[in-house]
Amino acid sequence: MSDKTSDAETADLETFRGETRVWLEANCPPEMRKPATSDADVFWGGRNAKFSSEPQRIWFERMRDKGWTVPDWPKEYGGGGLSPAEHKVLRAEMAKMGARPPLSSFGIWMLGPALLKYGNEAQKQEHLPKIAAGLIRWCQGYSEPNAGSDLASLQTRAESDGDDFVITGSKIWTSYANYADWIFCLVRTDSTAKKHDGISFILFDMTSKGVTTKPILLISGYSPFCETFFDNVRVPKSHVVGTVNRGWDVAKYLLQHERAMISGMGERGVGRPLGQIAADSVGTDALGRLDDAMLRGRIASFDVDEAALAACAERAVDLAKAGQAHPAFSSAMKYYGTELNKRRYEILMSAGGVDALEWESERSKQGARPRAWLRTKANSIEGGTTEVMLGIVAKRILDLPGA
Amino acid sequence: MALVLTEEQSMLRDSARGLISDKAPVSHLRSLRDSKDPTGFSKEFWHSFAEMGFAGLLVPEEFGGSGLGYVEAGVVMEEIGRTLMPSPFLATSVVAASALNRGGNAAQKSEYLPKISNGSLLATLAIDEGAKHRPLQTSLQAVRAGNGFRLSGAKALVVDGHVADLLIVAARTAGSAGEREGLTLFLVNPKAKGVAIERTIMVDAHNAARIDLANVEVNADSVLGEVDQGATLLDGVLDIGRGAVASEMVGLSEEVFNRTVEYLKSRKQFGKLIGEFQALQHRAAELYVDIEITRAAVMKALQALDTDVAKAASSVAVAKARAGTTATRAVQEGVQMHGGMGMTDQFDIGFFMKRARVCEELFGDANYHTEQLARARGY
Ligand SMILES: Cc1cc2nc3c(=O)[nH]c(=O)nc-3n(C[C@H](O)[C@H](O)[C@H](O)COP(=O)(O)OP(=O)(O)OC[C@H]3O[C@@H](n4cnc5c(N)ncnc54)[C@H](O)[C@@H]3O)c2cc1C
Ligand SMILES: Cc1cc2nc3c(=O)[nH]c(=O)nc-3n(C[C@H](O)[C@H](O)[C@H](O)COP(=O)(O)OP(=O)(O)OC[C@H]3O[C@@H](n4cnc5c(N)ncnc54)[C@H](O)[C@@H]3O)c2cc1C
Repeated sequence: MSDKTSDAETADLETFRGETRVWLEANCPPEMRKPATSDADVFWGGRNAKFSSEPQRIWFERMRDKGWTVPDWPKEYGGGGLSPAEHKVLRAEMAKMGARPPLSSFGIWMLGPALLKYGNEAQKQEHLPKIAAGLIRWCQGYSEPNAGSDLASLQTRAESDGDDFVITGSKIWTSYANYADWIFCLVRTDSTAKKHDGISFILFDMTSKGVTTKPILLISGYSPFCETFFDNVRVPKSHVVGTVNRGWDVAKYLLQHERAMISGMGERGVGRPLGQIAADSVGTDALGRLDDAMLRGRIASFDVDEAALAACAERAVDLAKAGQAHPAFSSAMKYYGTELNKRRYEILMSAGGVDALEWESERSKQGARPRAWLRTKANSIEGGTTEVMLGIVAKRILDLPGA
Repeated sequence: MALVLTEEQSMLRDSARGLISDKAPVSHLRSLRDSKDPTGFSKEFWHSFAEMGFAGLLVPEEFGGSGLGYVEAGVVMEEIGRTLMPSPFLATSVVAASALNRGGNAAQKSEYLPKISNGSLLATLAIDEGAKHRPLQTSLQAVRAGNGFRLSGAKALVVDGHVADLLIVAARTAGSAGEREGLTLFLVNPKAKGVAIERTIMVDAHNAARIDLANVEVNADSVLGEVDQGATLLDGVLDIGRGAVASEMVGLSEEVFNRTVEYLKSRKQFGKLIGEFQALQHRAAELYVDIEITRAAVMKALQALDTDVAKAASSVAVAKARAGTTATRAVQEGVQMHGGMGMTDQFDIGFFMKRARVCEELFGDANYHTEQLARARGY
């Protein structure tokens, strides 16, 4: 296509693709070329991080040294400095070989992009390289018991005291708060202003005096999130990102990235095609077709929608590159991607039948499938519910009245 | 390849949109229908289409065409979908032109392609025989007779069948219904002895015909491609047609959707704009997302066709299946959200519903293509 990309750029990109392929082939350990099946397969980094295997360590360190834990961040902050086009190539090549992300973290998906846009130079220097190198693990202090979908009604207070804010209140559903080193947190710095106008976005160490966390058990039987309490936690004012009382802008921008990340779950397969997984457990008829016509139809419809969503995700990136993206489009993708992922796991449960019901055994890897199935139910809640996403689309994209 | 239109493609879209919305808005279809127009489209407008290079859009430049690709054909189809303009573009310029260009020998190409490009020849593919699109079930018989063949059987849903100057007929020269082997494409003169054409007035007021062939004699030069080996040529041509119809369905869906959203912003009940009711907002938002996702899938399929027609089957199946479910949903929500108004003939929305139903059957519906994907993936 005789786009604006010149022939020289295209040639450079092909060179980059070739080099990347060779490098990944040489450096990605075979064990890291299959999808993660449990939380232990995911490396989150942080002060207390432990590798669950030697290949995990090797893969992480090699990628980190290239800046490819955060390929599109600037090199000066520990990133790979890749252009959007190069980043797309890297992602495609990694997907082709099934390479796992070397490092997963809220710092990469959420805080980093917000700091790049709203942080001051000192904040960027301080935090971004540590995220890139997996040294600090972050958690997200947004939701409160009375501020879920209506996030802007949050009540956690930050009182001014000299050069500090003193923070008191509680958060809930804080994922991995008990493992996190630092928190990015929304606090009310002006209780007299309208609800969106008195919020600040602030960073602090979870070992600060006055911070406690209390794990909550999920229906999956795991406890990845917590109640988080702040009792007169003292935080320097210099830790506010952006302007005091303008934290809502930062919060919303970060949510766009969070939603894009969560919607990506709808694109991620589970290693093998659903049709084959189902055929293995359900069996096939004389023509070699899945011996459950209704399930087969559901899987085929799912496959159609999954392929279409993947095209849309690709297009969303291309539109952003071309400067034609609607800023609220991540909400559209979040809604669809998460609903699709729930469908995927309903199909997997149906395909697995009795075998997918075992909760505790070696054979079932401690009930990996039913637990993963239950976990997906949160996809359409966390990061903003499906109903909230649809509301955003109605208001911001369709411009419907009163939405 | 980026999944966005290039500058040239955007310009093509703008000029197609300008021309079509100006000269052939939905009222154009309405008046053709109401006057029971014998041609079923505007010949005059078809000639301006040809002058702009659209009739020969896919035809190589050496045969007088524009030599553009399937993405560009999709761009034009999408604009056609927005106003439901009846046009020979699909049957002649996309499907027949592709069949001739991909399967034709030098003589066939130089005879027909320049005439397609200048708008003087209308051609169409006659494929379906039963109620549903099942290309391999083709059973119209072609038996060898002297130097050529004799064709007997019936075809249905032949787009532009009653006005075409050239029929491309899928026939069985060997094997039995259901088999890939033994399919052959023939170029048939609609005026030949034994050809009976019945124009069928369809729900969407677009052109279609039933065609009966009774011992129609054709010579050996009328074979398009290879005898008995037509399935592969047909696969490619049908996939190109599917990509084009899917594009039309994207245009149609988006237009219905835009009109519906406008209605939600103007109709008042219970002292409020009905667009203020969350029950409608969420459904509108879901539909918006459906259309965006389908648009991407269709663009992906058209790009795949441009890269390699032979390898595009799965992307095309995804695109046509998605286009079918999305358009069906769009027109139903469109009528429903217009309340009683949506049910009236005076209002355009019903035309979209009718056309969507025909597009859904053309070249295989969503079930058909979902099934194809399942088979391709081996379960
Ligand atoms: C697994 C998991 C991890 C999470 N991790 C974090 C985290 O790390 N940090 C963090 O801050 N938060 C986290 N959350 C919290 C998450 O962001 C909230 O659960 C979410 O925003 C919804 O808030 P809520 O639970 O209070 O539900 P509510 O807001 O009470 O919603 C209840 C129901 O009402 C519907 N509803 C609400 N408002 C409307 C409306 N206007 N129109 C229509 N329907 C409406 C909702 O869609 C939902 O179905 C996590 C949640 C989960 C499940
Ligand atoms: C074939 C036919 C026969 C009919 N026969 C008769 C008859 O014999 N006698 C007679 O009196 N009437 C008759 N009607 C009229 C029929 O009762 C009305 O069309 C119907 O009540 C809807 O009103 P409306 O058309 O004004 O749509 P509107 O009220 O304008 O509705 C438009 C859309 O907005 C939605 N909507 C409206 N309010 C809300 C809300 N609060 N929350 C969510 N969504 C909302 C509707 O569901 C609809 O989708 C007939 C209609 C048809 C189509």
